[in-house]
Amino acid sequence: MVQPTIEETRLSTEQAIQTYRADARITDVDALVVENFSVYYETDSGTVKACDDVTFTLKQGERFALVGESGSGKTTLAMGLMRLTRPPGHIAKGSVTLNGRDVTKLSENEMRKTRLSELALVPQGAMNSLNPVMRIERQIVDGFLDHRSEDDKALSKDELKEFVRDLLIRVGLRPGVARLYPHELSGGMKQRVAMAIGISLRPNLIIADEPTSALDVVVQRQIMQTLGRLQEGLDASIMLVGHDMGLVAQFADTIGVMYAGKLVEVGPVEEVFSDPKHPYTKLLIRSLPSLQEKREFLGIPGLPPRLINLPNSCAFADRCPSRFDKCDQSVPQTLNLGGRRETACHLYEGEGQS
Amino acid sequence: MGVLGHFIVKRFLFFLFVVWLASTIIFIIPRLSGQDPVKEKLLLEAQRGGAMQTGLDAMAKSYQKRFGLDQPMWVQYTNFLKDLAKLNLGVSIAFFPRTVNDIVFESLMWTLGLMGTVTLLAFVLGTLAGAILGWPRKPGWLQYVFMPLLTLSAIPQYLLAMILIFVVAFKLGWLPLFGGYSPATLPNMSFEFAIDVLRHAILPAFAIIFSAIGFWAIGMRGMMINTQGEDYMIQADAKGLKGSRIFMRYAVRNALLPQVTGLALVLGTIVTGQVLVERVFSYPGIGDILFQAIRLSDFFVIRGIVIVIILGIAGATFLLDVLYPLLDPRIRVRNS
Repeated sequence: MVQPTIEETRLSTEQAIQTYRADARITDVDALVVENFSVYYETDSGTVKACDDVTFTLKQGERFALVGESGSGKTTLAMGLMRLTRPPGHIAKGSVTLNGRDVTKLSENEMRKTRLSELALVPQGAMNSLNPVMRIERQIVDGFLDHRSEDDKALSKDELKEFVRDLLIRVGLRPGVARLYPHELSGGMKQRVAMAIGISLRPNLIIADEPTSALDVVVQRQIMQTLGRLQEGLDASIMLVGHDMGLVAQFADTIGVMYAGKLVEVGPVEEVFSDPKHPYTKLLIRSLPSLQEKREFLGIPGLPPRLINLPNSCAFADRCPSRFDKCDQSVPQTLNLGGRRETACHLYEGEGQS
Repeated sequence: MGVLGHFIVKRFLFFLFVVWLASTIIFIIPRLSGQDPVKEKLLLEAQRGGAMQTGLDAMAKSYQKRFGLDQPMWVQYTNFLKDLAKLNLGVSIAFFPRTVNDIVFESLMWTLGLMGTVTLLAFVLGTLAGAILGWPRKPGWLQYVFMPLLTLSAIPQYLLAMILIFVVAFKLGWLPLFGGYSPATLPNMSFEFAIDVLRHAILPAFAIIFSAIGFWAIGMRGMMINTQGEDYMIQADAKGLKGSRIFMRYAVRNALLPQVTGLALVLGTIVTGQVLVERVFSYPGIGDILFQAIRLSDFFVIRGIVIVIILGIAGATFLLDVLYPLLDPRIRVRNS
């Protein structure tokens, strides 16, 4: 049997864990501390707790991946961290400490200045995230122009051109792309432009919201490599939002699993993949296809619950193979299982501390 | 000649084709009606004059010869096309011996002066109002100012015209009741005359502008709301851009595209004038002339006005085709 080479295809999950990046430069500085962060949507039929009591920490230089199925609250969390939640959604409680400042307490204008300069978004589906009637160079430059303080000296046209040129080269595009319009670019090129915009002000935290959806696997791999290279160049942290476990396994240092608006498991990638704790994570990893062994595809039976008026029980209980009495009686609290491993499951209440 | 030149020539040929096709239809339709405009005009004159009933047929014949109506159909048609190519619209029957060109040109000036200004003004004001109404970060009180204003657009123009005449011109006597200028004066280039014309234009302008503002505002507001849902708007916020830049460069710039299409089409039709409004105010515009021409079965004037309308609409469409790529790069001509 001919094995596909790494360049031709994505790594299988097992291979990815083996190629875990050993040279990660994770520091001990907290880049982002999220505590009890909740985003609720007020609807006519009740409050939708799309993101509920989420707590995690991201170190400077760390790659954190947030996974979960559609509707689990990943994007809600990402947008909430940037304070881009739109009505009827609102940040209900919690704090988000970025470089020592709680961004939930900033004024609207301070928050605006924080975006892109400290906290940048590389959006999902770069297809439509560029303004169709503006040249690429304008779209790269305008973020820079709106973050200049008044005493900064104005840059000349040539300096701005150089600024754009440098960014395009860094994301692997030819400088001529600057003069083009978005519709003249391919999907992968647009995603690269989105990355160029994201890193233009050297942020410490990049939130990449499914940056490779709608791209084929070869381009996906190239894009993720570029993103990783850029992050290392900036010594920034990355929060990668996605649902592609293989991609996450290759890219991230730490993984957070979301289910029904809650973070149910957090831990270093290789530990979570080799020894998942939460039953949902276990089923999720078991459902991944394997290149090494031939077996039936497995799914997780059932559907995630509606997020309106959740009962006082574990949201995963109905689909959980390890369900016992306690699951129906209370919402599991997040337990620390030693090191950076955390899970919110009643099964481990004896071992961990909350 | 590049791709662009090729494109323009192609669009221009299409423009000529549309004008030819429409003119041919205009040529055929009156001739299917079976009416004899010359005879009718003479009968009307005869009734007015009372006596002269004899020799009508002979007179009709001689006039028909004069207008070329005694020729075979295909000769009439080729003559018509020849004249059209020279933009010669013939001679009026009702206002003989004035030429149609003369009549149409004079009334067109009044209509374009009023309608052109009013249409552009309504477009700018309405689009601006719509843009602000569709902007989620607008001050809340604006909603309560603009929305009632827009309900005015639901009143038909002629009704608003009559209300304005009754209240402002008749009861209050602030502005003249009718006409394009005071009956006692002769059109000239003096300052007094200009003021006089302006005073006469205010009420018709208001009657038209009120309804048009609502039209543009509601369209723009809808487009602005659509734009809010676009990914590039979320990205603009994520880039930490200033609100004013997002409003102008991202939201309005994109929402404006369909509005401009609408404007071009409306500009094409302004040459038709506003028949009802011009009628109510006896404004000497093209709409008023068209009304009179229809009443008097003045085929040549009707035909002349319709041809001007065709030229206006086809011309505006041609201009839109040529200019639109400047606004929307996605429509830009490609080598294919």
